[in-house]
Amino acid sequence: METRASRVRHGLIVLWTIAVVVFLYIPSISITLASLTASRYFTFPIPKWGWDWWHKTLDSIQIHEIIKTSLLIAAIVTVIAVVLAFFGALAFARYNWKGRAWYQKIVLLPIFFPQSVLGLALLLWFNALGLPLSWHTAVFAHLVWIVPVVTLVVSIQVYSFDPALEEAAFDLGASRWQVLREVTIPVLMPGLFSGGLFAFLLSWGNFPLSLFTTGADTTVPEYLYAKMVAGYTPGVPVLGTISTIGAVILLIGGYFVMLALDRRRRAAS
Amino acid sequence: MSAEVRPVEDGPGFRLSAGLRSALPVIVFLLVGFAAPLLAVIGFSFMPPRTFGLGHPPTFENYVTLFDSTNYISLLWSLGMATATVLILIAVSYPVAYGLVRVFGRWSTLVTLLFVIPLFVSENVRLYGWVLFLIKNGVLLGTLKTLFGIEADSMLFTTAAILLGMVYVYLPFMLFPLTLGISMVPNDAREAASDLGASRWQVFREVELPLSTPGLIIGCLLTFVLAVGAIAEYKVLGGQQVIPITHDIEIAFTYAQNWPLGAALAVLLMLIVGVLVLVALWRFDLDRFLGRR
Repeated sequence: METRASRVRHGLIVLWTIAVVVFLYIPSISITLASLTASRYFTFPIPKWGWDWWHKTLDSIQIHEIIKTSLLIAAIVTVIAVVLAFFGALAFARYNWKGRAWYQKIVLLPIFFPQSVLGLALLLWFNALGLPLSWHTAVFAHLVWIVPVVTLVVSIQVYSFDPALEEAAFDLGASRWQVLREVTIPVLMPGLFSGGLFAFLLSWGNFPLSLFTTGADTTVPEYLYAKMVAGYTPGVPVLGTISTIGAVILLIGGYFVMLALDRRRRAAS
Repeated sequence: MSAEVRPVEDGPGFRLSAGLRSALPVIVFLLVGFAAPLLAVIGFSFMPPRTFGLGHPPTFENYVTLFDSTNYISLLWSLGMATATVLILIAVSYPVAYGLVRVFGRWSTLVTLLFVIPLFVSENVRLYGWVLFLIKNGVLLGTLKTLFGIEADSMLFTTAAILLGMVYVYLPFMLFPLTLGISMVPNDAREAASDLGASRWQVFREVELPLSTPGLIIGCLLTFVLAVGAIAEYKVLGGQQVIPITHDIEIAFTYAQNWPLGAALAVLLMLIVGVLVLVALWRFDLDRFLGRR
């Protein structure tokens, strides 16, 4: 089947993909370069390199507070989203029940919805309820979008789950709770883990929902945005680079944990 | 594996089925966190202008204002830019998605990871990276000047820059559904077609394209909806060259302090998006789409 025409075609596809990947990383590279500029303004080629702005940014107490707020929101969102999505995914992909086709589509709706409008809608809703805005309301807002995403991620794992495993455990006299703890959760662990990773990172990077729902509290993306529109500050590229590197480390680390989980599961069965 | 062999789950009486029981937390959460806020927006859109509560007698005033104003220009820009983004994305992503499924083999995981990573960095930061790249004396123009002595104008703050930003931000949302769609095309079907004498182009047009349409539709829908709701691209890369509908909505809620008018604009956007998504999504077999690996 490997004709000359198909080799050329494959070569072109590889070249095109490389070009798209380069396109995808141009901004990250530009940001990193800017963060390593010693001078107040960014010009390229860089006249003087240096870590000065890194030190200044990392020493700022305000930035510590902002990072803490973002991490706190992301951590709480991750825990709640994974628990809700675990059951949500079982209903999505494991059980055959009457309302399932409807349920599947309803779960997807918040994903297929402009986030800026969703943020506004939540703002109005909190206002109507008389809830004061703070990072608590932001956690709720993030969840509205992230729970469906995580449900979808876990569902993909659930589709490859063999229900016979659970039934065998029931037949052997295990209680519902034992089956959940000893069979269902361990088997679905890779899906739950990658779902959690998604939840954390999507919350960490979210801007449109935070913008309308954090009130007086500030997350990293909001802070960066405020600085960006106000004019050039070298702190923006530094914080941007930090959050990029953080995401990359988490993702690559997560990828290896997934591989390990997968290997362990395969060794067990 | 069929449902019939598990009598416990769909038993008669008042007991909820196992599926409904596990679905309940998510359903309740989405009722409170998604359905109710949307109802709140609809409610606010019928309140008198410049009020901040739901307790007033309803009025159509905001909708009348809406049709008399120039907001439709912003709406048309938003829809037009979103359409252009979707079309460009199809052309950009299809070869990559095809490569991920058929060409890259064991490298696919790594390439996928490369496409996933930027998703988790805040959109703002990445768009700002484009500013640094495109700006005068930035990475692109600085390099051109030092290496080739070319002095060019920056493309920053143009419609093209906005489009570039949108294509960039929404690329993964087209790529991944498309990849799923293409992986649904069975190899047998392609081989059978070429054994029967179909040319490469005919295999593509008659077999691969039709069989991968579910992925294409989901990808187009997702990117269109997200692009209609875009705002950061216009602000960061567009520098007020084009005003999208989302900007009008934001202005109504912030500077103008006219929540009911903003809510009416949001309802308009929700209607367009909602009709599109419901029509496309409701005829979809998600089990087939997601269940196959």
